[in-house]
Amino acid sequence: MNTDKNVGRPLSRLEGREKVTGSARYAAEHPLEGVLHGYVVSSPITKGKIVEIDTLEAMAIPGVVDILSHLNRPKLAWFDLQYTDMDAPPGTVFKPLYDENILYNGQPIALVVARDFETARYASTRIVFRYHQEPHQTCLEKHLDKARAPKKGLATALKPPPPPPTGDFENAFENAAVKVSSEYRHGTEHHNPIELFATTTLFQGDGKLTIYDKTQGTINNQLFIANVFGLHYKDVRVLAPFVGGAFGSGLRPQYQLFLCVMAALHLKSNVRVVLDRKQMFSFSHRPPAVQQMRFATDINGRLIALGHSTFAETSNFEDYTEPTSNWSHKLYPAPNTLFEQKVVPLDVYTPMDMRAPGGSTALHAIECTMDELAYKLNIDPLELRLLNYSDVDPSAGKPYTSKALRECYLKAAAKFGWDKRSAEPRSMQRGNKLVGYGMATGIWDAFQFPSRVQIMINSEGKMIVDNATTDIGTGTLTVMTQIAADELGLEMADVEFRYGDSKKPFSMFQGGSAITSSTGVAIVIAARSMRKKLLKKAAEMDGSPFRKAKEEEVVFSSGHIHLKNDPTINISLKDIVAFNKGAAIRTTKMGRPHMLKLRKYSLATHSASFVEVEVDRDLGTITLTRAVTAVAAGKIINPKTAKSQILGSMVWGISKALHEESIMDPHLGKYINANLGEYHIPVHADIGELDVIFADEKDNLINELGTKGVGEIGLVGMPAAISNAIYHATGKRIYRLPVHFDELI
Amino acid sequence: MEEVMNSFNFLTAPDVPTAIQLTNNQLSAFIAGGTNLLDLWKYNLVNPTALIDINQLAALSEFRELENGGFRLGAAVKNAETAYHPIIESRYPLLSRAILAGASAQIRNMASNGGNLLQRTRCYYFYDHQVPCNKRIPGSGCPARDGYNRMHAILGASEACIAVFPSDMCVALAALEARINITGGDGERSLAFSDFHRLPGERPDLDNNLKPGELITSIDLPAKGFPLNYSYLKLRDRHSYAFALVSVATALEMDGNTIKEARIALGGVAHKPWRSLEAEEFLREKTACRENFAAAADIILQGAVGLEYNRFKIKLAKNAIIRNGMMAIDPDSQLPGAQPSL
Ligand SMILES: Cc1cc2nc3c(=O)[nH]c(=O)nc-3n(C[C@H](O)[C@H](O)[C@H](O)COP(=O)(O)OP(=O)(O)OC[C@H]3O[C@@H](n4cnc5c(N)ncnc54)[C@H](O)[C@@H]3O)c2cc1C
Ligand code: SF4
Repeated sequence: MNTDKNVGRPLSRLEGREKVTGSARYAAEHPLEGVLHGYVVSSPITKGKIVEIDTLEAMAIPGVVDILSHLNRPKLAWFDLQYTDMDAPPGTVFKPLYDENILYNGQPIALVVARDFETARYASTRIVFRYHQEPHQTCLEKHLDKARAPKKGLATALKPPPPPPTGDFENAFENAAVKVSSEYRHGTEHHNPIELFATTTLFQGDGKLTIYDKTQGTINNQLFIANVFGLHYKDVRVLAPFVGGAFGSGLRPQYQLFLCVMAALHLKSNVRVVLDRKQMFSFSHRPPAVQQMRFATDINGRLIALGHSTFAETSNFEDYTEPTSNWSHKLYPAPNTLFEQKVVPLDVYTPMDMRAPGGSTALHAIECTMDELAYKLNIDPLELRLLNYSDVDPSAGKPYTSKALRECYLKAAAKFGWDKRSAEPRSMQRGNKLVGYGMATGIWDAFQFPSRVQIMINSEGKMIVDNATTDIGTGTLTVMTQIAADELGLEMADVEFRYGDSKKPFSMFQGGSAITSSTGVAIVIAARSMRKKLLKKAAEMDGSPFRKAKEEEVVFSSGHIHLKNDPTINISLKDIVAFNKGAAIRTTKMGRPHMLKLRKYSLATHSASFVEVEVDRDLGTITLTRAVTAVAAGKIINPKTAKSQILGSMVWGISKALHEESIMDPHLGKYINANLGEYHIPVHADIGELDVIFADEKDNLINELGTKGVGEIGLVGMPAAISNAIYHATGKRIYRLPVHFDELI
Repeated sequence: MEEVMNSFNFLTAPDVPTAIQLTNNQLSAFIAGGTNLLDLWKYNLVNPTALIDINQLAALSEFRELENGGFRLGAAVKNAETAYHPIIESRYPLLSRAILAGASAQIRNMASNGGNLLQRTRCYYFYDHQVPCNKRIPGSGCPARDGYNRMHAILGASEACIAVFPSDMCVALAALEARINITGGDGERSLAFSDFHRLPGERPDLDNNLKPGELITSIDLPAKGFPLNYSYLKLRDRHSYAFALVSVATALEMDGNTIKEARIALGGVAHKPWRSLEAEEFLREKTACRENFAAAADIILQGAVGLEYNRFKIKLAKNAIIRNGMMAIDPDSQLPGAQPSL
């Protein structure tokens, strides 16, 4: 039962005011008496050993409390046993301050703890380290010969290897009428949320720890800390009431959490550790990749062969993979396929999921290759997609629970004015500007994780909903409040969603665009149970008109239960709780995906992006003038926050196509533009007119809400659409992202 | 020696002579907007033990009409104030454009005119105290030469250093032939703009000819401001808030379609704003057209050398000089933010 009074409304974020007025406190901002400040010392070398650490001078600086390194760190269970976090790829987890070995540049090698941040930072420069340096390998392009199949592990469940070959790819490709063989390249990207990674640990002295952490998963980090430090789960509480962006970087506990808790336990004191911006380039990132594409069609443009091989960076200690080679066959049918996914281990930190991991990298290569085919075939690029459209998932041979991609193509094309495109490259101009139109398809997973929710109706008749999820800025608080309010027919103001706290019922980390479907569905399930409980209680009341009422005969609205056929007969939730002697009525339920039912289907969100660029004929400068993205992602709970997700990810698409790259100097083995002045992301002047359309995609199969998630899908199509528009404008195909304007002159 | 944010004294002075007296040790620094100095400090590149605040000095905070018809800009005056000053907008619009093409509104509100002249290169390696750099530690080496040198110099570089001077404002000041007024322990002196910044040569650690302890008090613009035909074009990796890979300041004095006088200065290509008097002479009495600007560009770019990642700058600079010449003929065609128009 769902009144849909709030669901579907474009509501503003409930916590918006707190955020824009600065009263929202982030991990480093919780005021705390007598807190000690830790500053992380980062390795200036890329590979080798620490031979000596002289802390004499640093320790003598007034205000310095301690300096922890591998030489004097406390002994921990973790260093002997192998504990990992929920998102750890196969391999050996990196352990900060474990031993003298340096595995990558920027690795934390010591923590200086002092009375204030400035003293800690200053003291960090007075420590003398001596190193034994060893040669390093950090350049993907130079070490492609090291490529090998990734190891398998727990994480492989969410990130399956590509499907086995079908048909006879080599033969089909060799003899195909029309074919394209290209190599696409991407640089490294770092997540760089504006909030720096930070942890504040309250040392309570009773064996309990309260930890404010920047994370996408409160329970993930609670388990990690309890395991590592040998504490009881219930004695560790991780809080993340506000998260200033994370984009995947908070899916795993980062090293500042470990160092902060270690220092707090060791010094028996409250400790805070905040990384600086340069250190934000010292852990996870989107790996650089080389993708070899071989697509072929018959003379009519029907795909007959799909070949996609990916070579992506990983570290020398964990095998991170993001599925890239899997995607083309989820979109397009072809009888002959060959997919490969390889990793190249280098002396870098392990890469990690970054908004639309795999998908955004893969779809760039796939949809540019499709564009190349369209020109070879002399078919409109949109036509080519429609010609190869599939309602089933060809790679699995299963239907999609829903797929409104065709509607996305058509609606976005109409809004964009795709019909005004002239086919020839360099055929559209405005003054000195070459004008280009490009389009691309997007596809992304529709995940649902198990999630547990507690609902309480209190003596005021208000609803309190508890779940451990975070709100990483996506609008989770608002959306969950909307869902919950409608489930019990309440006003938004009568619902409180409490989250960002590992003490609340279980939620997985907030990643993969899964939380709306995971916690949202759990709310629906728990509300169902709550309605039963409330009706049952109502029926027990003296002379209750609900004594014989069945569930389907009542309606929950305006804080009351009403009889459907006579709404004047009703009782308020408040009165029901009063009858319960004022004791809150509670229920806790688990929401989980319907594995059995869904086994017969494939699940995905889809999108279509259309982009116009202007490229200066003589100077090469690229201006994205406008873009339209249509998204099919099931039911949209809140069109306003959902639109913000799509707009934000479209901007990220611009960034990935034109700006963003961490530049690795192969001689030094380090990123040399590790600051936001030189790590470019788009500014206002780079972002043209952006339009978002949501396709009307009803999905009665996928879950109780019909939702699919919108965090990533807006990004995946954009880089290819932009590259294709640049090709259309200039006749030049740039195979490496980000595209630099000077390549166009 | 590495020190991040050592303890320091913050000093103010009532007037210029006192400010200068306060500088008698190598470890003091003047602070104006602090937009470069504080970054350098936090990156461990400088560690002053005394800061001398020059924002209170009246002599550095004024605009003044000069008897020769020129206009004086106080060294402590903010970049934004300068760009939006009515006299700058009307008589020296090239300078206004160049300033507004730089940094962000917030930074321009803090950045001073004197500080802009003294900002240091943005070479990645220079800012990383953990790697060698001849500009930071003479003789230690130059990782940019075989490294990622996209932003680096194509003109006037030396074996020791290929860094570029990153200012936009100074490119316009070079074209306008401003003079820089300096006061030091030995009294006052003034330098032609072209004599202020240096090429790296063997001493890349020296960006300019200011002596230790000297204070820039003001910048004098000459009477001639080229208000009718001018254009500033800035090419960079995003449309705002990025340093120039190539920028061009063009100022023309025209008689019909004939060039009476031309000034062309390039930014982002050398250790100082780059001018070629020969090219400017070539344009005298020539028709303002693509062909002539192209020929001038060839003269300006004589001897340009590209490295692995910055080779593109040679052709880009040429195309930019041509385009900017054409935009200067019709300044109304310019877009804000110094983006290419036409
Ligand atoms: C992110 C970022 C982007 C930027 N982008 C651009 C850009 O696109 N284009 C551009 O042109 N600039 C750009 N800038 C640079 C900016 O213009 C300079 O930092 C600014 O002009 C410096 O002025 P300031 O007053 O802040 O100098 P300060 O930082 O106060 O001083 C800089 C140096 O000059 C010395 N000094 C200052 N005033 C005097 C004086 N009167 N006499 C003697 N010595 C003095 C100081 O001791 C110090 O060594 C950018 C800066 C940042 C941080
Ligand atoms: S170019 Fe100059 S500033 Fe850059 S690393 Fe080389 S010597 Fe240093």
